[in-house]
Parts: sequence; structure tokens; C-alpha cells
Amino acid sequence: MLAGYNTISMGTGRNEFYPKKPRPGLEHYIQEAGQATLKMIGGAKNVDEGVIGNFMASRFNKQANLPAFLPMIDAGLKYKPSVSVEGACASGGLALTTGMKSILAETADVVLALGFEVQNSMKAMYGADVLAGAGWQKTRKEGHAYFFPGVFSDRAGAYYEKFGREITRKAMAKWYCNAIENARLCKTAQEFHNTNKDLEGIANTPVNPRGFVDHLNVFDCSKVSDGASAIAIVSDEGLKRIGLDAKDAVEIVGFAHVAADITQKPEVMTSLTTMKVAVEKAMRMAGITVDQLGTVEVHDCFSIAGIMAIEAIGLAEEGKGPEFVLAGHTSRCGKIPVNTTGGLIGWGHPTGATGVHQAVTIWEQLTGNAGEAQIEITKEKPYAMSVNMGGDDKSLVAVVYKRGE
Amino acid sequence: MDLIRKMENVSVLGAAGKMGSGILVLLSFEMAKLKIGKKEDKDFVLNAVDVSQSALNSLLGYVKSQLVKHAEKNIVELRTWYEDREDLIDNDEIISQFVYDVMEMIQTSTRIETAYGSQLIFEAIKEDKALKIKLFSQIKKNNPDAWFLTNTSSIPIGEIEKEAGLNGDIIGYHFYNPPVIQKLLEIIKKDHTNDDLVAFSLNLAKSMRKIVVQSRDVAGFIGNGHFMRDALYALNLAEELAKTEGWAKAFFLIDTISRDLLIRPMGIFQLLDYVGIDVTRFILESMQPSFPNEKLSHATLNQLFDNEVKGGQFADGSQKNGIFKYQKGRITEVYDLENAKYIPTEDIEMDCAALLGELPTLKIYWKSVVRDVKKADHLKKFFTELHQIDSVGANLAIAYGKNSKAIGQMLIDTKVAESKADVNTVLETGFFHAYGPINDYF
Repeated sequence: MLAGYNTISMGTGRNEFYPKKPRPGLEHYIQEAGQATLKMIGGAKNVDEGVIGNFMASRFNKQANLPAFLPMIDAGLKYKPSVSVEGACASGGLALTTGMKSILAETADVVLALGFEVQNSMKAMYGADVLAGAGWQKTRKEGHAYFFPGVFSDRAGAYYEKFGREITRKAMAKWYCNAIENARLCKTAQEFHNTNKDLEGIANTPVNPRGFVDHLNVFDCSKVSDGASAIAIVSDEGLKRIGLDAKDAVEIVGFAHVAADITQKPEVMTSLTTMKVAVEKAMRMAGITVDQLGTVEVHDCFSIAGIMAIEAIGLAEEGKGPEFVLAGHTSRCGKIPVNTTGGLIGWGHPTGATGVHQAVTIWEQLTGNAGEAQIEITKEKPYAMSVNMGGDDKSLVAVVYKRGE
Repeated sequence: MDLIRKMENVSVLGAAGKMGSGILVLLSFEMAKLKIGKKEDKDFVLNAVDVSQSALNSLLGYVKSQLVKHAEKNIVELRTWYEDREDLIDNDEIISQFVYDVMEMIQTSTRIETAYGSQLIFEAIKEDKALKIKLFSQIKKNNPDAWFLTNTSSIPIGEIEKEAGLNGDIIGYHFYNPPVIQKLLEIIKKDHTNDDLVAFSLNLAKSMRKIVVQSRDVAGFIGNGHFMRDALYALNLAEELAKTEGWAKAFFLIDTISRDLLIRPMGIFQLLDYVGIDVTRFILESMQPSFPNEKLSHATLNQLFDNEVKGGQFADGSQKNGIFKYQKGRITEVYDLENAKYIPTEDIEMDCAALLGELPTLKIYWKSVVRDVKKADHLKKFFTELHQIDSVGANLAIAYGKNSKAIGQMLIDTKVAESKADVNTVLETGFFHAYGPINDYF
């Protein structure tokens, strides 16, 4: 995997974002990300096929038949195979695994994988209806007005009860602070312009059940974002074709893609059991242990989901995630830097793009292309992992990476 | 007494006007709480009565947009109101249904007879005592049980009551502009006002989440009682300055001082433009009979009015030309009364700054200070420094602040307001001042 590119994650927080003014559409984002990656790999002629990950363009933008946007990126892609994949917020992750499978099946040597979402087309409370599609529609009626914040608020409530509210809240606030501090180092991050001097203060804003949900405030939530990310997935053969060095790429050493029954309630409210399965499978395939990971990109759609992800990955035992976060282990200079450009809360969450964005961030970190946000990758811990989740622990993609040699 | 029965049929007179439309929207929220929230099985009717059919037509568009906004803001609660409706699943569907259900209660009419069927009459027509009396007595004759809630900001309630024969069934219910947003509500009752009406009025205000200040029935009440006298003072200052500096600079200087050196949201003459020169005159005229020993008029206002300089707002809320011309809400030109023409403010800014002279080195602005938790400290520092400076600007500002304070004190001394806190609440919430007129700064 190489030649990753992220557009700006556009939405509240960016100085150039005015809710009432017209904004670029999905075409703009697809084109910007796609063209940037093509440029790094010698143009469209080197590409065998394309995969587009997206969640809800059908409702946010009233647009379907997304595969046919591939040739819009570059005329050279006309008549090449193109497919779009959907798995809610794991759509980007599915774009990656779909591309990888083409490479493994030897039906392609270079796949352009792209994810996008343009969701500022409607106000948040209507967007909540659309995003609720990541859950089972039959539960929408009984769900909260802000459906997914409601789902994870319930999980947070259960977690507070089992493991203590105070320490968990503190860790959630810390999670937010880490996210913003990292986002400030990344020019494309939605919170790049954040200059608030009292992050901890706003992270501890009291909850407002009348206007929002019972156990989360808005700073516990990921952003509403427009954006796209693209990366090239290539075989050894493909690498030769585009004439780049293996050192410019990351090697996929393991991946897993698992789904759980969307009609079923979570087995355990306080843990992400499907994520755990995906992570274990990916690490088993890579033949590594959690101690060998130098950085991870986790799916922190909500701060509590981030903490539960730390436990699902095995970095901390169940119930010990908050302690782990509060000890600073997940901050950029900690034991294992997590979400080094801000994650879904700091960088942004253009839902269908997020899985690809995670891969791009890891590619940047492992190949030394992360600019201001660069962390040190040591020989002892050369691996990285991304974990992308769709819905409430339903569609999961985990990928383990290592710099090419 | 069954208060819900009172809410079953309500009329708003002057419903298409600026205040009336806002009051109508607030009442529609309240009726929605009963009909949809509490599932009261009654046929609620909210009559929007106005003389202009075309204004009533555009009113409905405004009401709809406000209902959507309200529904979006309260979507969490709305979902519980509609939890039994299995066909309504998305927020989008619930919001549409809510707007539909509320709009169904609203009926427009250009005939006063429509109000005969109403238990509650909210009135927000123009400040014309004779017209109010005529309409009220007509309704009362046809519906002896009706209660009247008038939005007058300047006419004594007692006079309307007496002349229309309302026997305690009227109360002053003075909203601030725009009623949907402004938190302040001035309530004016008499000793013999119907107790049930008083209780109802207070409950309704609470349900609408308004901050209530009770004012005595003295023309102008607290809000205009202060504002009008504050404006007259400013006009006197400007008149004096105009003798040496000309009108353009005089208007500009006093406006600047009242905004920047008194840390107010807008200067006094911009506020007059906002309210309207014509409306200001109207309010003063309606207050004058109650204060025979005070001159509540100003030659300058009359002259402006005669020159067609009227201010006020366009239907979209943008500011019309008045003492100033505006571009995107910013002052760009100022009226030179003597020569009856506008002058770009940039031509006089330098001269005015020189005239003001030395100003506090500490710069604080209304916008940044008004919500600051350390507001009092900032203001104290600023005004302390202001007192230490001997310049034209500083001296005028201090005199201005002292006069504002004296007006506030007078409202208490004449028992228009019950307390210092009430006066300050009206100015802070109704006029968005960062601090009340009765303070230790002046």
C-alpha cells in the first residue's frame, strides 16, 4: 500500500467552513483524493481497477451508482473495473479489503482504493436519521433523536456503572484532549484550527439530556465531515510497474474482516466483542502480538468507543482502558501513540472515508511522511494497526501494517 | 378554573406585525404543548388577526420557519410526544408532522369578529390608544369572559381598561423584540386586576421561559421609561455639540460614546434607527400625557421625521436608512441634519477621534465582555480608568452614565419599578446591556 492522500476534513471547526454557503460536492472530494494518488503512482494507466467506499451518498447526496465516479477522476480510468462497497462507517475499511482481495486473487496488480462522504448537506438532526442506517432500522423508532450518540451513550452509561463514572469521564476528557492536540499537527484535520486553551474544561462540559444524550457531551463525539481519502494497493508486480521503492510503501502483513448480526443487541454493553475478534484474527495472520505495535488508528466515533477499542485490541484489560488512557500511554509521546492525527474526534469522520484515512495515516507514519505529526517508529515496535468499525460493533475491518523492505 | 379552556381559542390582534408574529409563534408553541405534548382532546384554535391579508399570507411562512427551528431544537422531546405514532420514525418525519399539526391550529382573519370566539386576546397592534379601546370594548361586548393581554410598551393599562370597560380583565404583557428570542417580559397589572388573569399570565410566562419583571402602570413602564429619557438626553447632547461641530459629527460622536465608552451593544442613535424614528416619536407622544411636567419630545426627532429620515427595518430584518446608512449592518454614512444629506463616516472619523481626545488604554468591547465571567472586573477597571481621564470623550461618557443611572433611580423613586434589580434586569435582558444603569461605575 502506498501513495496515500487525504483531503481536508471539512466541517465545523475549519475556518473556511460556513454552514450557509454552498460547498463543493462529492465530485470535488473524489477527484482531489483520486488524482493526488494517481499522480504519485505514475497516472491512471498504471491502475487495473478501482474500489470506492461510501456509506450514505444515496441519502446525503441522493447519489448512487458510485462505481461510475471512478472514470471521472481521470479519463484514463474509463472502461476499467470499478466497484463500490458499503458497510456503514467501515465502508472505507471494506474498500481496502476488497482491493487487497483483488491483489491476492491476482486479478489486479494496482488497485485504487478510495473512500468518501459528504455529509454536511443537511443539519445534524437530519443527518442523525441518515446515519441511523448503520443500525437496524427496526430499532430506529425506539432509538434516540440522535440515534448513534444515543447508542454509545447507553454503552457509556453501562460502562460507568460497571467500572466507575468518575475515572471513565476523566479518561473520556483526556481522549478528547489527545485528539485535538494531535489534530493541531495535521493540516487536513478538521480541528487543525482549534486554538482553545482550555481543552480539558470543554471536554468536561456537563451532559444535557434535554438537548442531547444522557451520558455524552458533544465533545465526546466524532465530527460531521466532508472528505475523501485515497491510497493505492499494489502487488510486488504492481510496485515494479509504477517504479517506486518498497520503502515508500507499507506491507499488509495481516487483515481481518468480520461481521456480526445487525438485528442483535450487543452481547456485552461494556465491550466491543466483534472488534476483538477482528483484531485477534488480523494479528494472528500477521503473527505478531500487541506489544509489537508502534501505533494504532482506532475507530473513536465516540470517546467511550475509543476507550473500549483500547481494551478490544488488548492494550488494556476490560475496565482498565480509562486508567491506560489517563496514564498517558495513548498520547503521542506515550507507550503506544493512538490516532496520531486526531482520529475521528480530532481529524474528522467523513464516514465512508474513515477506513481509508486510517490506512493513509499509518502509511504516512511508517514511511516518514507524517510531517509535523510524525512520531518515532522504533525497530522493536515496527508494526501498526488500523481498526475500522461500522455501526455498533457490527462490521469490522482490522489491518496490520509494516514498512516495506 | 380550567386554564386549558382559556387556551382553546386564542386570538392575536396585529398578528402580522413584528411583535404580533413573534407572539403568535410563542403561543403556537404553547398550544402545541397542550394539544400534542399533553394530548388534550380539544379543538385548539389560534386566530391570527390583522388588517392586511397579504401580510397574513407572508406571516404563515414565517410561522412555519419558526416552527421548524423550534422542532429541530426540541427534537428530543418531540420524539416522546409522537412515540405512539408508529408511522413516524425519522426526525425528519416527526418534525414535518409537528409543523403540520401546529399549522392546522392557526387560522388567519382580517375581521375583528373572529376574536369574539376567543377566551384570550393578545394585542400587538400599533400604539394607538383610541384604536385599542375601540377594538377591546367591541370584543368585550360580544364576549364578556374574554381576557386581554396587551403588548403596549407605553400606554397606561388603567386608561385602556377604564375606557374600554374591561373591569380588571386586562394585563400589560410587554414582550421585547423579537419575542421568540428575547427573554424579557414586562408584566403590568393594577391592584384590581383579575387574580386568575394574573396567575394565568405568570404561568404562561414561566412556560414560555421568559424572565418576568413587573412594572407599575406608568406610561413607558420600565423599558421605555429608561430608553426614551436616555434617547432624549443623547439628543440634547448632540444638539449642543452640533452648534460647534455640525450635525454629522454630533450624531456620530454621541453614538460612538454611548456604544464604545459605555460598553453597550449599539450606540443610542443606531438604536433609534433600529426602533424607528417614527415609532420613537409615537411612543413619546403616547407617554407625554402622563408626564405633564416633563417634555417628552424633541425638535430634532421631528425635524428628522419631516426630512423622511425614519429608520426601522425591512421585512427581511435589514436596517433601513435612518440617522445612519448601513452596509451589512455596519454604519457607513451619517446624516447631516443641517444640509439634509448623508456624509461618509470615514470623512469625519479622524476629526471625531481628535475631538474625543484621550481614552482609556484598556480596550474592552461589549461583544467580548457581555458573557465573560469576569465581566464585573473588566468593567470596573475600564470605568476607573475612564474617571481618571480628563478629555471631552471621557467627560461626556461619564455624564452620560450618570444620567442613565439617574433615570434608573427615578424609576424606582416614582415606584415604576419595585427595585434596582428590576431596572437592571430590564436593561440587561431587554436591551442586552452588559451592566444595569444603577451601578457603582458612575
